[in-house]
Amino acid sequence: MNNDLVLRAATKWLSPVIILFALYVQFHGDYSPGGGFQAGVIFSSAILLYALTYGMQAALQLIPEWVLRLGASLGVLLYAGVGVVAMLKGGNFLNYSVLAEEPVAGQHIGIIIIELGVGLTVASVMVLLFFTFARRVAPE
Amino acid sequence: MSLIVNLVLLVFLLVMALAVLKTRHLFAMAMLFGLYSLLVAGLFVVLDAPDVAFTEAAVGTGISTVLMLVTLASTKSGHELVSTAKTRVAPLIMCFVMGGVLIYGTHDIAELGKIDSAPHQQVAARYIKDGQKDTGVPNLVTAVLASYRGFDTLGEVTVVLTAGIGVLMLLGNRRKLRVKESANE
Repeated sequence: MNNDLVLRAATKWLSPVIILFALYVQFHGDYSPGGGFQAGVIFSSAILLYALTYGMQAALQLIPEWVLRLGASLGVLLYAGVGVVAMLKGGNFLNYSVLAEEPVAGQHIGIIIIELGVGLTVASVMVLLFFTFARRVAPE
Repeated sequence: MSLIVNLVLLVFLLVMALAVLKTRHLFAMAMLFGLYSLLVAGLFVVLDAPDVAFTEAAVGTGISTVLMLVTLASTKSGHELVSTAKTRVAPLIMCFVMGGVLIYGTHDIAELGKIDSAPHQQVAARYIKDGQKDTGVPNLVTAVLASYRGFDTLGEVTVVLTAGIGVLMLLGNRRKLRVKESANE
């Protein structure tokens, strides 16, 4: 976009912190508030901030669109895959208790993996929506 | 203390809503909607729902405001609707009827935090009693969303993906359209 030094400097410092916070919300969601959805939208807001300050070209260099398309599908695949694995292990669809020896340990593994799938899909789709909209803005 | 916070947030919410109604500037409107969402996120924190507040703050204030601004930038000017007294009557009546129905509907909602209301008697009690033992996850919201209601959440994620695919199919193939148009010429 334009050469606003304050915005550029602030974004450079803020976006890593936002991404770190998103990862914390993602992987600490079992203990503190948060989870896949929240982490996904926080992550994508960091990318949006970057794209708004540094322009679409830089953002597309950071995350190409095919990565986003892949990520969005992979998240749902991961989620449903956990369900299928649970079925193969003899339980019901999405019954995580059979994933490990201990039911509680299985629940923990299942919840972490499906939250990862949720986060991946939500983050990818949100950024993809922004890219699709922003591409229609005619360059100034 | 929470009463004062609630009061301040609600008053600002009302001010923001009126300001959105009052302003004619679309850019200002988008920004005010962002502020409105931020205040709602604050209210969710007061209501002990930080999970929802995260989502509201990130989606309502951040992403949807940006999407609205991008839409404004891509449509440019020349989309103002000229409103006369005649075109204003029907929406006004509709607003009042809809608002009245919603206020009438709130009478059937159980009082906030009332222990003997229907939702607190059924599954919620079991989730609170056995959630920790069944899943080993201290955050009960995650336990319900990811484990007890895992199938629903799978549906939600699929909805998000479907929405993304829909937008891509509607807006994503601009270049192809251009090529086709020039081929026709």
